[in-house]
Amino acid sequence: MTTNVRTREGGPATGRSASRRSRGEVPFRYLSTGAGIVLLGIMAAIAVFLISEAVPALQANNGNFLTELIWDPNGGEVFGIAALAFGTVLSSALALVIATPIAVGVALFISHYAPRRLAGPLGYLIDLLAAVPSVVYGLWGVAFLVPLLKEPSVWLNEHLGWFPLFAGEGAIGGKTMLAGGIVLAIMILPIIAAISREVFLQAPKMNEEAALALGATRWEMIRMAVLPFGRPGVISAAMLGLGRAMGETIAVALIFPATFDITFEILTPHANSIAANIANGFGEATPIGRGALIASGLVLFIITLLVNTAARAIINRRKEYARAGA
Amino acid sequence: MTTIQHISTSRRIKDRVVQGLVYLAFALAVVPLVSVLWLVISNGLARFDLEFLTHSMRNIGARDAGGGAYHAIVGTLEQVLLASLISVPIGLLTAIYLVEYGRGGRLSRAISFFVDVMTGVPSVVSGLFILAFWILFLGMPFSGFAGALALSILMMPTVVRSAEEMLRLVPNDLREASYALGVSKWRTIMKVVLPTAFTGIVTGVMLAVARVAGETAPLLLTVFFTDSINNDPFSGPQMGLPLFVFDQAGRPNDTAIDRAWTGALTLILIVMLLNLVARLIAWWRAPARGR
Repeated sequence: MTTNVRTREGGPATGRSASRRSRGEVPFRYLSTGAGIVLLGIMAAIAVFLISEAVPALQANNGNFLTELIWDPNGGEVFGIAALAFGTVLSSALALVIATPIAVGVALFISHYAPRRLAGPLGYLIDLLAAVPSVVYGLWGVAFLVPLLKEPSVWLNEHLGWFPLFAGEGAIGGKTMLAGGIVLAIMILPIIAAISREVFLQAPKMNEEAALALGATRWEMIRMAVLPFGRPGVISAAMLGLGRAMGETIAVALIFPATFDITFEILTPHANSIAANIANGFGEATPIGRGALIASGLVLFIITLLVNTAARAIINRRKEYARAGA
Repeated sequence: MTTIQHISTSRRIKDRVVQGLVYLAFALAVVPLVSVLWLVISNGLARFDLEFLTHSMRNIGARDAGGGAYHAIVGTLEQVLLASLISVPIGLLTAIYLVEYGRGGRLSRAISFFVDVMTGVPSVVSGLFILAFWILFLGMPFSGFAGALALSILMMPTVVRSAEEMLRLVPNDLREASYALGVSKWRTIMKVVLPTAFTGIVTGVMLAVARVAGETAPLLLTVFFTDSINNDPFSGPQMGLPLFVFDQAGRPNDTAIDRAWTGALTLILIVMLLNLVARLIAWWRAPARGR
């Protein structure tokens, strides 16, 4: 009876071999904790090294970094973020305005309108939009969308030119803010649609059935039971989309004509963004130029960080609401 | 005697109008997908030949036809592989920490929060970070490895999130059964938890790979350009397929634009293939099929 229990190696299963078996416990625990800390370290390092490499360029700057429109760090050493930041905000706001209503419609379609058997595959179809690489969207935008928008842009400018966004003299159409905004809208649509869809599917079934039982039409049921429940989720989804649109680089780098001015005229070929400027300006950048681009990247990093953190805060708060209600 | 009243016409019309709008929204969302795929296939097939897949752009003049993306395909495969080798162990171990060890402590909440934040880091910023840290601060040259570092930063949060989700799906009964047999915690994780979640984790990794394989901006800042074949990701500029498309699309002549379309086709094929394999693995080992 004494040595019936044996380890796999054939030795008696005494306390000593049991502790030998778990010898890996402590290193493994440290290893996995360490991996998490490495992740935190990377986030800190991103901030630290962007700042440290940006400072020399900022010190060499002869203009005011926050208000200057010109971006000429290579020769004149005068550069400012104002026009680029404006372009980033305007293009992503445009994308958001176009994408959000369509994305909410798509989410409602998948969650409440499509036949149940088709909902899964159709949702996957929308997810495929997110799988197309951004450089392909850029190519599509330049080769297909820009020529396509030429005539509608001229028409809008002629008939609705009193509206500030559609105003503008001279060249209308071409590589415009509008074309970039539409491409960005297509790129952020799947993210907004996917999150909204999940939120709509979580809407309490009891409320939906109660509304239908009271004689509500499908739209009235959605308006009373689904949309109020989903609103915070849709808002945070839109903000995550906004963050994505602001950081999107290559598609707009191909489309935007790299001008440096502040204008609301989205039908004229005046458009740029922080990210597009980094992609387009990196090739011929001097050391000061690289530092300037890193400084602009730091601004982009901070803006997207704020937008994303706000979006996450809304999602997390909603999670607690849902748990409290359950 | 009351009769059931019909829904008034205005309410019914409103319902129908909204239904129409919802269907329209879906149709509008599918149009660009169809348009992009159609143009990429129809324009890309023209140059999708053996020469494109087996030749580089070396000695191809600015206005010449011909040439190919072999150097870019090799570069992309090496960069993505290296990025996976870096980000998968770190991401997986972080997920294990979050699920098995952290359990809602302060550190795990901080890590969880920053994983979310990291998901939102624009790809161009990760490229700038590697440029600032690896190339400008440490003085390393432009190389495929620097590109892999930038891509791994983009992969990590995706890997952590998907692995975390899969590890949480592993029933606690399995862990408890293992503990009851006297198996230590880390052995339980290695021998019970990870094998159970394995296919789910593989799917998540493949989707993460598919996502970064199409990234251009980080490569632009870290790998630089070359027209020649460079098989060594650790020295000298390399090329990547997305970078190839960007480079060719920016050139003003039609032969280059043709190459850009074919590059885009190749890139989409690679990304879709990765996506498809990931979905197949997920479907093959789905719990519904009783495995």
